[in-house]
Amino acid sequence: MNSVAFIVIAILTLAAALSAAALPKLIHAALSFAMTFVGIAAFFFLLDAEFVGLVQIFVYIGAVAVLIVFTILLTRRDIEKDRGFNWSGVVVAVAVFGGLIWAVLKSQSLAIPAPQIPPLTVKRIGEVLMTDYVWPLQCAGLVLTAALIGALILVMEEKR
Amino acid sequence: MTRRFPSSNVSGFLDQIFIQGKQLLLSWLAGAPDWTVQTASSLINIFALLAVFLTLFALMSVLERKILGRMQNRYGPNRVGPFGLFQPVADGIKMLIKEDIVPARADKIVHFLAPILIAATAILALGVIPYGRNMTPFAIDGGILFFFAVGSTTELAVFMAGWGSNNKFSMLGAMRAIAQMISYELPLIIVTLPVVMIVGSLSPDAIVAVQSNYWFVLTPWGAVAFILFFVSGLVESNRTPFDVPEGESEIVAGHMTEYSGFKYATFFMAEYIGMFAISGLAVTLFLGGWHAPIGGLEFIPSYIWFFSKLGALLFVYIWIRGTLPRTRIDQIMNFAWKFMLPMAFTCIIAAAVWHYGGRGLAGWLWSLAVIAVIYFILSMLLDTRKKFATRTYRFAE
Repeated sequence: MNSVAFIVIAILTLAAALSAAALPKLIHAALSFAMTFVGIAAFFFLLDAEFVGLVQIFVYIGAVAVLIVFTILLTRRDIEKDRGFNWSGVVVAVAVFGGLIWAVLKSQSLAIPAPQIPPLTVKRIGEVLMTDYVWPLQCAGLVLTAALIGALILVMEEKR
Repeated sequence: MTRRFPSSNVSGFLDQIFIQGKQLLLSWLAGAPDWTVQTASSLINIFALLAVFLTLFALMSVLERKILGRMQNRYGPNRVGPFGLFQPVADGIKMLIKEDIVPARADKIVHFLAPILIAATAILALGVIPYGRNMTPFAIDGGILFFFAVGSTTELAVFMAGWGSNNKFSMLGAMRAIAQMISYELPLIIVTLPVVMIVGSLSPDAIVAVQSNYWFVLTPWGAVAFILFFVSGLVESNRTPFDVPEGESEIVAGHMTEYSGFKYATFFMAEYIGMFAISGLAVTLFLGGWHAPIGGLEFIPSYIWFFSKLGALLFVYIWIRGTLPRTRIDQIMNFAWKFMLPMAFTCIIAAAVWHYGGRGLAGWLWSLAVIAVIYFILSMLLDTRKKFATRTYRFAE
């Protein structure tokens, strides 16, 4: 059951990722990219990492994908233009993929069986965030607040 | 999942009648492999959800017109069937046989997928709401998070509708809709936080279980959070007075301009289903879910309580639509960032004060005091009555 689900999700995710790389229109590519995010979230659900999967949907589809489409919309004048096939991109992608595959196959840590971990609940994540990882959390909060204020200053009307 | 059956008296039987029915259906599958039973169980849940909420949608569309008619001193639909109740059937047939127009320059695939995505996400959000005792279609641990995660996907669907139509009105309308949805998602989620913090769980079932003695709306922070949630819900479902994505004189029908026939009906349905979902979550978070207001009334089945609360909220939606004019987009944005957001944060502080004040009368009063102080400071800071300035038009330059 799980392996069938894994294969189906993997095919969908890879197809979406491929079309994100290959589709000629930028907006189509961005939307396929959003589809890839859904596939990754589905993998998290399959691994019983419910919280991470939901956050994946929340952040990547609700925010990042919207950000990407708006960036494309607001910055490019030639969205409709059909851009040809980018061979240098293919070379870079194949090189990166080959490097990653080589690293994964060389890695020793995959041989170790996965340790038994107690089911990860939202409550447990919250506790750990508020105790062990409170400084990283606060730093992230600070960075995000700074970004928010920066964005406000950028769009603020200049006083005449 | 534990199934708690109340005593086997009549009201207990009525309370669990749908659960019993589902068990009866599933008992035919006894002996089948586990995954068939699970799939069948999910399918039954999905069919029940769709049947109930599509009926409610049909009913709501005619009731809304009847009630608006009554408020505006006219009859409303009364030709088709008794009291005009079959009006939705006539409307549905009309929508089905209308011509489906796709603009020649439209992005065909995106244009086609947008209504499907928007309706699918709206329906998905309904899945985690507890409709009665043991009646949560998909009880997952992070149900509240699921609701908002699915809801945030709507923005992408609206963008697809606006982009795919290849029409400037559609695109502008979509951008307006997305802007207000993103702005109000923030207060919507932040006012949910105090409830989650007090309960200590993201599961809607746990939140309802805690409210068996008192509803959260009866605490000062809960009341304020409920009002903020309701207003944000109005915006999220694009209802009056925040229905700026539609504006006949300026941007036609916003992102729905280029949709006709059944695709338009799908948008319409998604809007209503979204409204049901957000009202259902408001009932779950603040109005005690399926609990009766007082213990003595528990003999009335739990789902009747849930749906009467939902109905009351929906009536307020219609009432507001019949009462208030449309607001301007910059007013909506100002309201979100300058008033809703600070008040939403205040709710968290007030809930903390209430919690550490012992959850009793003292905590109640202190929490009220916190909210009152911040409310008055905010209203003084935002007061513009005495400072008339020349009006600037930021969107017409």
